[in-house]
Amino acid sequence: MNQRVKRILVACGTAIATSTLVAVQIQEEMAKRGLTVETRQCKATEVPSYAQDVDLIVSTTPVPQNLGKPVIQTLAFLTGVGKEEVLSQIEKILKEL
Amino acid sequence: MLGLKEEHILLIDSAHDAMEVINLLSQTLEEGGYVKQSFRQAVWEREQSMPTGLELSGEIHAAIPHADVEHVNSPALAVAILKEPIPFKCMVEPEKDIPVRLVFLLAMNEPKKQIEMLQEVATILQDSTLVQKIASVSSRKEVVELLTKDQSPSLGVTTST
Repeated sequence: MNQRVKRILVACGTAIATSTLVAVQIQEEMAKRGLTVETRQCKATEVPSYAQDVDLIVSTTPVPQNLGKPVIQTLAFLTGVGKEEVLSQIEKILKEL
Repeated sequence: MLGLKEEHILLIDSAHDAMEVINLLSQTLEEGGYVKQSFRQAVWEREQSMPTGLELSGEIHAAIPHADVEHVNSPALAVAILKEPIPFKCMVEPEKDIPVRLVFLLAMNEPKKQIEMLQEVATILQDSTLVQKIASVSSRKEVVELLTKDQSPSLGVTTST
């Protein structure tokens, strides 16, 4: 498997707090799955300018889909609804890189 | 629970819309000096462009309005329990209305340090039994009691800041 550290861009409305909450949970959950990830946080409007440098984009607000990178839009890290599915999806995407 | 005071809890029988709920909650924080006068307008403007409605796992849904840090003097949380649901737009699908019964207004001035506040709110939101209990309280005191019992399971999130 490719051992390069995977980079995830985590976006929310204002990059105030929601993206931190999401980023921390992704790091911890991926670590449990044996994946080391690096997260970078930004506002949803900044996603296009950072998309080039990352492997995956996770956002709690709508972001453009045509960025050439996989995008997951989810509230699971806030509401808990569908969290396991989203974590499995992230794991699968990262392992297939 | 972090910073939640009885005077920052509102039990609302009927409200016209999300703006009224945000105004009433902002008022409680403004009176305590936690936020500047500009806060309520900033929260409402943000809510319109980047809504915060969250569809939860049970029957009761929530919203977590907030604003940029410059409108906040010191961190605080205000909570509204709505007897009748009020529509808030969904955070991830802004064209969708969510019937909201619980509103958590977050006032943060150093979000990286105050991530615990959002974390605690998220922990509550993920506990549908607790959410149901909060939505059916008849006094402010009951809310404080429910939220200070620390009966909700932790998300297991540790902060690195």
